[in-house]
This record gives sequence, structure tokens and C-alpha cells, in this order.
Amino acid sequence: MNQVKAGTWVEIEKTLLTPDQRAPQVPEDTRHTPYIMKVAGFLTADALYGETVTVKTMSGRLISGTLNVIRPHYTHSFGDTVEELLNIGLGGEL
Amino acid sequence: MSKDNSYQAVMARKNEIMKSSMGLDYEVYRQGELAFDYERMMNDCGFTLEDIIKIQTQTKVGNTPMFELHNLTRAVRKISAPGKGARIFVKDEAANASGSFKARRASISAYVAEKKGYKGLIAATSGNYGAAVASQAAQRGLRCIIVQEVFDSKGIGQPEIVEKGRKCEAFGAEVIKLSVGPELFYYLLLTLEETGYFNASLYTPFGIKGVETLGHELTMQIRSMTGRDPDAVMITHAGGGNLTGTARGLLAAGCQARVIACSVDLSGLHMASDRDFNRKSFTTGHTGFGVPFATWPDRTDVPRNAARSLRYMDDYILVNQGEVFYVTELLAKLEGMERGPAGNTSLTGAVALARELDQDKIIVVQETEYTGAGKHHNSQLSFARKMGIEVRRGNPEEGVNGRSIVIPEHLSQVVGRHQDMEKLRISYLKNAAKQLEPAKWSEIDRKFVAADVKKDLNWLDQALKQI
Repeated sequence: MNQVKAGTWVEIEKTLLTPDQRAPQVPEDTRHTPYIMKVAGFLTADALYGETVTVKTMSGRLISGTLNVIRPHYTHSFGDTVEELLNIGLGGEL
Repeated sequence: MSKDNSYQAVMARKNEIMKSSMGLDYEVYRQGELAFDYERMMNDCGFTLEDIIKIQTQTKVGNTPMFELHNLTRAVRKISAPGKGARIFVKDEAANASGSFKARRASISAYVAEKKGYKGLIAATSGNYGAAVASQAAQRGLRCIIVQEVFDSKGIGQPEIVEKGRKCEAFGAEVIKLSVGPELFYYLLLTLEETGYFNASLYTPFGIKGVETLGHELTMQIRSMTGRDPDAVMITHAGGGNLTGTARGLLAAGCQARVIACSVDLSGLHMASDRDFNRKSFTTGHTGFGVPFATWPDRTDVPRNAARSLRYMDDYILVNQGEVFYVTELLAKLEGMERGPAGNTSLTGAVALARELDQDKIIVVQETEYTGAGKHHNSQLSFARKMGIEVRRGNPEEGVNGRSIVIPEHLSQVVGRHQDMEKLRISYLKNAAKQLEPAKWSEIDRKFVAADVKKDLNWLDQALKQI
């Protein structure tokens, strides 16, 4: 696997609380899942995907976690066409 | 030696962390077991309305346009009884720097943090507030960390929240993305402790004072446009800050309009459930926050919540998801304004209310929010369908939260539902009684509780017999 260079913009993932460490008030379906955080930052040293690494975040903090995504980006969109919306407001239904 | 960072240990350090992260000592306002001096707390921050207007002008907040929605009003009149169909106005709060009214709430915290010498701001929010804090921090040269609940245990993110996270990063903020759960607060505390940044909580006096300008501004605009005061102001209601701040601003302007809350009905869905998280199409402005915060405000990240909605609320209307999506589409098609659906919750409530009021009455919808990829009703509906939710046209009352969204076939199906205010007030009393049994309330506690639900002592005595 290719080495990721120090300074690359990456996302790390970290388990903050294991299921048994979670808050007492969480509902049943949530209680069985770990409490996970993700944050993006600049990689502080060369590393491989999946390794435990440290990033420098936008606030300047150093945070460690598993190297999860290289150059994370956004893909959210306006979604697939929802035809049910198309004829609203054309006059007929008013 | 490193600190104990377990959930229990961090929560136990809550009070000291909060105190140093805001420089506010809430103890000085205590008056009884339940009572505290609310007005003194609000006034102690030392800002007049004029000061706040000046601070907000520095960072592109406020002075947003007011529009009369002539076409929507006409459409409502067509389906109303003769003589009914009030005029609907909307205050275009999407015009604030960060795209929503939340810029008003963040502006004073950012100003105070800068003046007090804090290096940065932190806020725990999955809403427009994160973008507002990030935008205000950027303008004041402060660092910013936003702590956000983003994805479920499968790693799937609600599109609206994903977009809001993106926007925070666009303003240079560090965004901590978390899985579902109330431990967001735990991580907020840890980060405040580590960084020494200012806690830009939504619920401090700063967060509420910043919204007072909204109520004041809208009154001045309506007076100038129509020569009179609005009859009702419709406010999307979640944590209570929007309603509290706006209502206080109306009072400051001498406006007696009815203050009406409106939330999306998400009953049946659990807010901390990993499964339900991605089966709701609204991440704010819904009953999952609106009802618990109205009936017990002191459940937040500050010892005393400055947002106390029942003090000001005259009526509370619920709408469902399908109704809001329909009205959001109508706003685009009839009025040429594309705005985010969550911000159109109050617009939907206004459509329902307009049918009940005479044509010479004026209803003001006091906010809009920006829209875009992820934060658009088409994205929400498309995502809902992918999560297995049925989306169809029909009678919206047939929709079952978490299973189906039914978009009205006709404007006449946008009806909303008035909530029983008395029931809400009694629910508040029951919550207060859990803190201390009513027999032990002092006179000052009794007065405080009555004022907190906009009632007098006679009402309180009668009401206490029911709980």
C-alpha cells in the first residue's frame, strides 16, 4: 500500500467510548454501539492507511486516531428527483 | 498524572469546566430552591439593544429584509372561509452572514470571547448554530471548534447535518463529527477543558440577547410597511432561544403581537436512538426538542437556561413533515424564494393560522434559512426514501413518523394542530415538582414558577391541585 505523505489532509477515526463506557441514559439500540468521533486534519508524519496517526486540526490541536480517509471530501447532493414535488404550486391543486 | 476522562469523571467536573469557559457565575442569581433572578441575569451582561445592534452590524448580522408573501396569502384566501386569510410576511433571516438567524445568537458570544481574551470558541450543535459560530469566529480572528452529531453506527450521515458540517469547515472551523448519542456533551466538556476556549452555548444570556434585535427589527419593519403592529409572530421552536429572544425584542419595541411557537411533530422517534437518527427529515425545529425544552428549560449545557419559552408563548402549533415540505415547495413556486425546509416550519404554521384569522390581520414568519445540497427538501425526501421511508402525496395526517411522509395534495390539507397550552404548563409544574415538592416551595419560588409559565399565583394554586 502507498505511503501517505506528512502534510496530507486526512480524516481519522477514534473510539471515544466503548459500549460499556457509554452514558447510562442511552436507549437500547444505541447502547450496543461504540461512541465514535471523526475529524479531519493535516497528517503530522508519513503513514499507511489504517495506521494509528496524529493530525493537526484546523484549530491547531493534535489528535490521534486511525487513518480512515485520504483527502476527505463532500458528496452530499440535492438527491434523486422526487417527482411528488414537481407539480406542487403549478396552480391546479390550489 | 493524566486526568480521569471517563464519562462519569468528566460529567462530575461539569460545573468547574462551565464556569471557567464562560466567566459567568450563575450562583449569584439564585433566589430560592427553584427561583433565580432571570431579569437580573439577562441585564447583567451589560448590553443595551443599541449595543447589540452595533456589535451585530460589525459582523454582517441583522437588518434582514421583510417581504410580504402576496401570492401565498392569495392562495390561502382561496381555501379559507369568506373574509378569512391573514396577510403573511416573512423575515428573510437567510440574509445573515452564515445563512440563518443563528448568526444573531453567536454574535454576542464571539464579541464577548474576543473582549475577554479567549483564543477560540466551542459550540456543540448539529444545526445552523455551528455555521453561525464559525462565521462569527472567523470575523473576529478566533479559532473555532464545532462538536456535531453526524452519523449513525453504519457511518451514514443525515444530509442536512453533513451540509452544516461542511459549512463550518468552509469558515475555517475544526469539526468534530460524532456518532449518535447524548455523549456529545461529554466531548464538549473534554474539549473545553483541554483548550480553554469560550463555551458559545446557545443558552447563555448572550445567546438570547442577540435574538432580541430580531423581534425589535421586525416590529419596526411591519410598522413602516403597514402602519401598524403585527397581530401574530410565528416562531419555529426547538430549544426555546428563538422564541424567547424574539418575544423579548417585541416587548422592547412595545409590540403586543401574539407569540406563537411552531414545531415539526416528530412524536414516536427517540432523539438518542441510533436507528431513528436517520429516519427523521428534520434535525431541528421539532418536538423532540420543542416540548422537553418548553416544559423544563434547565436541561442544557448551562446551569440556568436564558431561553425560557413558556414565559412568552401564547400558542403552540404542530405541523408534520409532509406539510412543511409542501409549503417549502410552494414558497419556491409561488414566491420565487428557495429556502431550507427546517426554517419553513414557522411558515407552515403561518399558512395554517392565516386561514383562521381575518384578512386584515398580519402574521409575521420571523425567519428563513439558507438552502443547498443536503439542506434542501428534495435531498431530505430522496434520503428518506433510501432509508426505507415511504414518500407519497395524500392526506398528511396519514404519515407515520419514521415510516412514511405524506405530502399534501392540496393546500387545504395544510392545517397544523394547536397544542393544549394548559397541558404544557402542567407538565412544567410536574417537572418543577420533581426538583422539589410543591409544599416546600417558598413564596419566591412560587412567583418564579408562575412567571416561568406566564401565569399568576391564583392559577398556580389551582393548577397544583391537578398534579
